[in-house]
Amino acid sequence: MSEFSVIGKPVALVDSAGKTTGQGKYTDDLSMPGMLIGKILHSPLPHARIIGIDASRALALDGVVAVAVGADAPNKYGILPVGHDETALAVDKVRYVGDNVACVVAESEAIAEKALELINVRYEPLPAWFDPEDSMRAESDLIHEQRPHNMEKEYHHVFGDPAVGFAEADTVIEGRYVANEVTHAAMEPHSTLAAFELDPQTGLPGRLTVWSSTQVPYYLQHKLSIVLEMPMSQIRVIKPLVGGGFGGKSEVIPLEIIAAVAAREARAPVKITYTREEVFWAHRGRPRTIVDLKTGVTREGKITAVAAKVIQDGGAYCSYGVVTILYAGALLGGALYQIPNFQYDGYRVLTNKPACGAMRGHGTVNARFAFESQLDEAARRIGMDPVEIRRRNLLSPPCVTVNGLRVQSYGLPECIERVAERSGWRERKGKLPRGRGLGIGCSHYVSGAANSIIRSDMPHSTVNIKIDRDGGVVVYTGASDIGQGSDTMVAQIAAETLGCSLGRVRVVAADTDLTPIDIGSYSSRVTFMNGNATLRAAQAVKRQIAEAAARRMNCSSEDVVMRGDCVWNRGAYGDEGPGAAEEAATVAASGRVEGQILRGSVQQKRAEEGPKDKMTFEEAVVAAIDFHGALGGSGSYAPPAEARGGKYKGSGVGPSPAYSYSAQVAEVSVDEETGVVTVHKIWAAHDCGRALNPVAVEGQVIGSVWMGLGQALEEEMIWKDGLLMNPGLLEYRSPSAAESPEIECIIVESVDPEGPFGAKEASEGSLAAVIPAIANAIHDAVGIRLREAPFTPERVLAALRGQQPEARKIRLAGNVDPTQPATFREHGGSLCYKGRGPARHALDPALRRKAARGNAPKPKDDAR
Amino acid sequence: MKKLLITLNVNGRDVEFACAPNQTLLDALRLDLALTGSKRGCDDSSCGACTVEVDGEPMLACTLLAAACEDRRILTVEGIAEHGALAAIQKAYGEWGGAQCGFCTPGFMIAVHSLLARNPDPSEDEIRAALGGNLCRCTGYNQMYQAVKAAIDAEKAGRRAF
Repeated sequence: MSEFSVIGKPVALVDSAGKTTGQGKYTDDLSMPGMLIGKILHSPLPHARIIGIDASRALALDGVVAVAVGADAPNKYGILPVGHDETALAVDKVRYVGDNVACVVAESEAIAEKALELINVRYEPLPAWFDPEDSMRAESDLIHEQRPHNMEKEYHHVFGDPAVGFAEADTVIEGRYVANEVTHAAMEPHSTLAAFELDPQTGLPGRLTVWSSTQVPYYLQHKLSIVLEMPMSQIRVIKPLVGGGFGGKSEVIPLEIIAAVAAREARAPVKITYTREEVFWAHRGRPRTIVDLKTGVTREGKITAVAAKVIQDGGAYCSYGVVTILYAGALLGGALYQIPNFQYDGYRVLTNKPACGAMRGHGTVNARFAFESQLDEAARRIGMDPVEIRRRNLLSPPCVTVNGLRVQSYGLPECIERVAERSGWRERKGKLPRGRGLGIGCSHYVSGAANSIIRSDMPHSTVNIKIDRDGGVVVYTGASDIGQGSDTMVAQIAAETLGCSLGRVRVVAADTDLTPIDIGSYSSRVTFMNGNATLRAAQAVKRQIAEAAARRMNCSSEDVVMRGDCVWNRGAYGDEGPGAAEEAATVAASGRVEGQILRGSVQQKRAEEGPKDKMTFEEAVVAAIDFHGALGGSGSYAPPAEARGGKYKGSGVGPSPAYSYSAQVAEVSVDEETGVVTVHKIWAAHDCGRALNPVAVEGQVIGSVWMGLGQALEEEMIWKDGLLMNPGLLEYRSPSAAESPEIECIIVESVDPEGPFGAKEASEGSLAAVIPAIANAIHDAVGIRLREAPFTPERVLAALRGQQPEARKIRLAGNVDPTQPATFREHGGSLCYKGRGPARHALDPALRRKAARGNAPKPKDDAR
Repeated sequence: MKKLLITLNVNGRDVEFACAPNQTLLDALRLDLALTGSKRGCDDSSCGACTVEVDGEPMLACTLLAAACEDRRILTVEGIAEHGALAAIQKAYGEWGGAQCGFCTPGFMIAVHSLLARNPDPSEDEIRAALGGNLCRCTGYNQMYQAVKAAIDAEKAGRRAF
């Protein structure tokens, strides 16, 4: 008999049948009597003042009920307390192409769309900022008046003594790495349905109920209360099934607030669902990031110092920006390798593009690409195997890193070992034919941020459990299942702890009226934090059951064992319990006595004369209810003080109660004629502490490796003067089944001392290692070092041609070495097209600078 | 625009309803017939979440006019389950992690259904090709192949895949 009966076994997600039959309801599948449809008018200009909005023609259209504008809800909000810079609809300015200007509420989507065309908005265009390095120097035409130089936030951290560290190094490598912008593109477009109830006392609209595709129901409730000036207790947020989030639904997205404002204006329930193009504008994805990185290593392969300057192109609003720029530094410097000296300069810059926010592997991915690529270069420089150099820089936990991160369980050494073994690294590395190569990368991630967004002593998760007389367990959790399987995780932990079968457990999740506060599904916190809260709630209930069962069995409650729907006295049956056959008989019998249990305890008591040594789960539950009167329990979780990080400014981001680890090997081939990179296989070893549900862990690891693969090879948001060139799933080039390689997931279980049953995160940590693993494999295959992601055929070809003799070089890139981009561009496209794009906006700062130098080209287009 | 009175045969039942000539099949299914299993992911036939079978062929309902489907047999994800129980492929998708967020899953159910109807014993390449028109952002597809293979095995062992 294994140690556990429910966890550690592959089980189907508890909500999977609803998904495979189409019966499960996502927000856009909901409707209400009298429900109207909202459509949002978006800005066509990247930066402009709104002179006036005339909606009279739209309102005159048959079937249009209301038009909401910024003045209807001018209160500012934002996911971070330091970043309240958004309004539901633009109040005086628009700040990106796609910014929200007005919302039409109509009887059907078609009428609403027609009405959008009838709204007349007069704009006064302003000079726009597209390039973060330009934007950082802005003196006028600021995106937000309160942010000089369009600087959202900058941090300058020094840990140890980098100057001494670099002096000790035998070799120092410097380079600039660029990772272009990517977005979540979750399959479900965002959707919100908002409805007011009429208050019977006042007769006026009272309570508000919002169904929304969100990862953070509690924060949505909080922001709605700010914007609508209603107490949170009057707002109920319900999360139906969510069709993927990846961070794109981890903050309050404009439509969620707009739907509520529109419902208030229209005096009717309003549903707004984004089109796919609007999802791309809503964005909140991973910012384009420039990393200037410097690493010093000794001849023995020890890292002596790292210095990084990171610039993130954050878009027009703060969003999660301050956290993103801090994550980039905190996890670059800490908790993966032993880095004694570390300097970090991070700049989060505002530009006139959709806001970037949190995306799977929040903040860490692009910096990890730079670091792991550079570590490979360092290994090459000192003539060391890339696997070996990683093994020489391991941490020795338990420890606290130089930037204050506490590390306990640490499965990285085993991840590296397993992945090298499975991929045949030692036998095959360096022996593959030209054009084919192997590369390794490592990464890690937090299992929940140790400090919540809104600083307080509130527990991060609270869970309630209720058990009825028939032995049905209901778990009330605020955890938001977005497809990662948190409902299943909660059910497994409750069933394992209470010793009952999974089928007894029903999970009620993410409904702010029913479920206690949980701060949401982000930073991979749910298994660790909500899992711990569930564990504690279940233990509280279990204590009550054990106490009552002990009285019946004439033993002490410590001797009561609950397992497999059976409760027994350890003194009589030991730890293993009544034999398997007997156990089956008890379970069968338990079905028979069910009716009696429902009729009440008198018959039940009569049926069980005298003391006994074993009971069914139902009998124990009935005994507990008879004894205590009611059977329920609560549990909560807050990270321990010692895991909350250092004392410096910005130290709040990065600390976590536990870190997950990943090591990956990619095998690629590069076609030197076409520049096409084919990934044949990826081996991914992930340390998730303990795999509560191995099939779900594999799914999460494979899914994040695959998403990283998309960012490495194809996915990229391409901008031209603030306009997104590829706002569709085909153009965005998310890999299809035909293009996706085999990914072998190797689960490493380090069993964390504080995780629920030792579990840590599994959904994000694996993403970051893929990109450098592929970059390193490309270098192994054809000897080119790609420092800009994604590794598209254009970039690969340009780099390959850069290797060839001068005479054969085709100057596609116009004297720019695409592998070493020196300047930043306003669009994420290939450097080949620099300066040859369509005409610029008349007020583009770049044109003004040229005009000042006296060689202004005549603008062809006033962009109005 | 004057509405047409049309009859669709959906999941074996005839349904008569009034529909605008420019209404898509997806809107007809979701809004008029309340069959919300088929999903709206892109509106431009790039994601496959709205895949339904029309006369046995997988088609994208978001770019198909409802009026053009009159008198055709339409199978949606709601028609995959058999006699009120999960079909083998639905069970296998749950057990093998083929569905995570589940939003793309109805489209995949139809894609697999029509693959197995044409070819009861497909090779891995044939499975990949058949799933190539449907996007998933959660799974990386790997576990879907295992699910399809498990469903075929279950069928061989005596349980029909559909």
